[in-house]
Amino acid sequence: MATDPRSPDAGLQGSRCSGCAVAAYPAEDTCPRCGESAHPAALQGTGTLWTWTVQRYAPKSPPYQAPPGDFVPFALGYVELAEGVRVAAVLDLDDLGDIRIGMPLTVTAGTGVPRARPTARGEEGT
Amino acid sequence: MSTEVLICGAGRTPFGRSEATGRQLAVGAVNAALADAGIAWPRVRAAFGGSDSAGLADTLVAQLGLTGLPFVNVKNGCATGGSALISAVNAIRSGMADVVLAVGFDKHPRGAFDPRPEDWGLGAEYGSDGLMVTTQFFGMKIQRYMHDHEVTARTLALVAEKAYRNGALTPDAWRRKPVSAEEILGSGMVSDPLTRYMFCSPGAGAAALVLCSPEAARTMDGTPVTLRSAAVRTRRFGSFEVFSPWIPAGELTSVSRDASAAAFEEAGVGPGDVDVCQLQDTESGAEVMHMAECGFCADGEQERLVASGATGIGGTLPVNTDGGCIANGEPIGASGLRQVYEVVQQLRGRAGERQVPGQPRVGFTHVYGAPGVSACTVLSR
Repeated sequence: MATDPRSPDAGLQGSRCSGCAVAAYPAEDTCPRCGESAHPAALQGTGTLWTWTVQRYAPKSPPYQAPPGDFVPFALGYVELAEGVRVAAVLDLDDLGDIRIGMPLTVTAGTGVPRARPTARGEEGT
Repeated sequence: MSTEVLICGAGRTPFGRSEATGRQLAVGAVNAALADAGIAWPRVRAAFGGSDSAGLADTLVAQLGLTGLPFVNVKNGCATGGSALISAVNAIRSGMADVVLAVGFDKHPRGAFDPRPEDWGLGAEYGSDGLMVTTQFFGMKIQRYMHDHEVTARTLALVAEKAYRNGALTPDAWRRKPVSAEEILGSGMVSDPLTRYMFCSPGAGAAALVLCSPEAARTMDGTPVTLRSAAVRTRRFGSFEVFSPWIPAGELTSVSRDASAAAFEEAGVGPGDVDVCQLQDTESGAEVMHMAECGFCADGEQERLVASGATGIGGTLPVNTDGGCIANGEPIGASGLRQVYEVVQQLRGRAGERQVPGQPRVGFTHVYGAPGVSACTVLSR
């Protein structure tokens, strides 16, 4: 399972099996379910929160690269996308006390791990 | 039917922090198991063992005796002990040897387990952005389970409360002071919904078993316990494991469900026949979910069972009578055989203050670990 470097704002570059149609993220060369070859597929970023937790203390460095200043707890979770994939993402939320399973989120890819933020009105299903 | 395999000797060391090396602990556990079986080291005809990070088991012959026996190293993460045990079982069933040792040991420093993304086939960003933290996975798995099956945080606290209560009754346990559910809930959130006292800690310890063919067992004095079955499985597609950048949607598969079902099928008994069990409790949530994954209850029933005391020592399904990983800590290579040691003591009626009443007849053990491996056994007297 190799994670290819992703360019900023390239969208979620996943893959889909040519045999059983299982989607994967990040892209895989072969399908983890049936072993058939997989081809690149862009994943739509909108979905809902499947599960979550909050990282309450600073992870060990390295490998963690802390942002400047005091550590601020952050939320993370899995966002279930329409393609049948639950993607691990850091959750960019204003209020860590208001996280609900099922809340609509939009996942984007950048230089780091995928990040999810609340889906804005009118963004659903795009 | 394959040859019956009997456990004639079982030994363990105290678990926790130790001045001794992992290898020294292993020698202590092996000698305790040999003494329990009433035999000396030269009677052992084959050995299987391992640790995750405390050295090679086969080098123990320098301390145990250079008898020339075959000694195979096993390295299988949290299933190291279980895999050593299954190798020992197969050695007896195949006729390779009639008296076989299985040993597991480890020694981890405080705050051990520093996974590197490249070792897991992940991009460096999963480390630099702070997602290579094992407690996150445990929090997220039980978080979803609580949502789906209406299990509350109080149940998580009661599971840990029981672990410390049982640990207080277990002379070789690490955590031997009872802790109240309120204190557990207030011990500080680590990875929501799991608090600090709901987790086990990396530690040191060793456990060993002497397994025998029926003919060999008849020449020994001790009280043997029958190993009815032992099964190891790896994950199938659709399971939820630590450090997964993604998982497929739909109902989760479970390697614990697969391994426990295989162990019960081979033994010819079901979860309802079990009088005492050991379930992997890396943290409270794991024990709750493994009760269902191993077939002991329906999803969500834990809320009522745990509150009613059913999983306590005097309950209808005693779980982790020695305090489990929460009270013993987690020396990865040793935990699986510690579980079997505990069930052997319970079935022999030698568990002292923590003895399950009513002369338990059938026991079960279950380990689970990364990257999706589980080992289960069924034992009876």
